[in-house]
Order: sequence, then structure tokens, then C-alpha cells
Amino acid sequence: MSVRILNEMRLDFPAIAENEGFARVVVSGFMLPLNPTVETLADVKTAVSEAVTNAIIHGYGGERGTVRLHGVYTTEGLLYIDVIDKGRGMADVERARQPFFTTAEGEDRSGMGFTVMESFMDQVEVKSAVGEGTTVRLIKRVELRDEALPRRA
Amino acid sequence: MFSYDLRRSTLTVYLSGELDHRMAAGVRQELDRLLDDMRVRRLVFDVSRLEFMDSSGIGLIIGRYKRLSRRGGSVAVADPDRRIDRLFQMSGVYQVVEKLCAEGRA
Ligand SMILES: Nc1ncnc2c1ncn2[C@@H]1O[C@H](COP(=O)(O)OP(=O)(O)O)[C@@H](O)[C@H]1O
Ligand SMILES: [Mg+2]
Repeated sequence: MSVRILNEMRLDFPAIAENEGFARVVVSGFMLPLNPTVETLADVKTAVSEAVTNAIIHGYGGERGTVRLHGVYTTEGLLYIDVIDKGRGMADVERARQPFFTTAEGEDRSGMGFTVMESFMDQVEVKSAVGEGTTVRLIKRVELRDEALPRRA
Repeated sequence: MFSYDLRRSTLTVYLSGELDHRMAAGVRQELDRLLDDMRVRRLVFDVSRLEFMDSSGIGLIIGRYKRLSRRGGSVAVADPDRRIDRLFQMSGVYQVVEKLCAEGRA
């Protein structure tokens, strides 16, 4: 059986802190047809919250900008959420992903955002270029429970 | 966003809702005003009613720990659920912040 995209969504919103909660709600709604466990839903919400917050506070650093969410899930129950900003980008992604690494110490950042994403998702891919922006791809296998399988057309 | 209770030198903060970056910024501002009162030597974050927390909560707690430890004070968290406990664990919060559970509390 070939893998098909079951559902897809795209959303742009301004890079303001009010939208951190909005992004979590959107992703929960998007995943609902997969009938995820409470645990899985909370894992994804937490990871999305981390990536969206990073886009807002590090990517745009208080300046105007747009954050894009792009979500896909497949017939295999693989969920992909891309969190995209066109902000300042990172020179050294490996370093940024280290636990406790932060460039915003004075603002009470813990430097644990990437570590949290990595531990709650199956895979986290980061593409970034200075001055161009950052794309964080969050991937998780969502166990498809029988009643969750969408009807075939 | 939060309620609090000051008894002698202990300030207990009851957090509810979703502790993300946005909420943490608001809590931090109000809490830091309360911590200007130098009598406060112990700060307890009651997290039992939080519905959500991400790493912004860790930053908030560690930031307040740094502030209180400068005056010889201490910080504790009370009644984290399993997820929040895992976040505290993985980020080493418990190396400097005590965990209180319902049974163990006065
Ligand atoms: N979207 C982004 N754009 C630019 N820099 C980023 C982005 N996301 C993360 N970073 C960099 O990576 C560092 C680590 O991120 P993270 O692990 O989430 O910790 P924190 O947000 O607490 O600093 C940030 O301090 C920042 O320097
Ligand atoms: Mg972060």
C-alpha cells in the first residue's frame, strides 16, 4: 500500500506571544481526526509551543514578522509539523540544540526548548540560515487506533 | 493568572492555566514585585492546577531561584503532574529546587 497524505493545513499568523496558545489549539484541532491519545496530543502541543515561541522571540526578536505552520499527516499515521520563520536565523544549529544553550539568558530562557522538542517528538529537523530564517520540522508517529482511520473515499 | 499567599517568610504562588512564554512574562513581572519584599525567604510554586507548561516555566522557576538564592532563600515546586515532573527532571530543576508532594506538605 502506498503512503498517502490524509490531511494537510497551512496557517500564517503574526509573530506575537498571543499566538503561542493559538498555535497549540490549531495543532490539536488538526490532529483530532487521528484520535490521538492524551499523551501524544500533549507531546505535540508542547513541541509546537517550543518551536513557535522560538520563532517569535528568537527568530523575530520582538520585530514584526509572520510565523507559518504547515502540517501534514499520512495514511501511515506519520505527523509532520513545520514551524517556519523568516527571521534572523542561526549560525550554528548544532550548538543551539545543546541542552541549556540560550542566547537570551537575561529573559529567563532555560535553553531547554530544543531538548524538549527532541524528547517529545520522534524526530526534529532544523534548517536555518543567518538573515534568512529557520524551519523546524517536528515528526511523530501517531498510533492509529482503528476507529481513527479516516474513511476511504 | 496566579494567586498567592504570604505567610511569614514563605510566599506560595498558585499557578493555573497554560504556563507558556506569554504567561511566564506576565507572572515574572508581578512576582518580581512581590519578591522586592526582602522578608520573603522561601518561594513555593504550586503547579498542581497548571493545564500546560513548556520550557518557559523552567526559565521562570530557575530565574526566581537565582534571585532568591542571592539572599539565602530557597524555592520549591508543589504537586507537579507527570508531564511537568518530567520537564523539571530533564532540565535539572530538582538539583536546586525542592519537590513537595501533597502528603508531605504541612
Ligand atoms: N527560530 C529561531 N531563530 C533564531 N534563533 C533561534 C530560533 N530557535 C532557536 N534559536 C536559538 O537557539 C537557542 C536555543 O533555543 P532553545 O533550546 O529553545 O532555548 P531558549 O529558547 O530557552 O533560548 C536560542 O537561545 C536561540 O539563540
Ligand atoms: Mg526556546
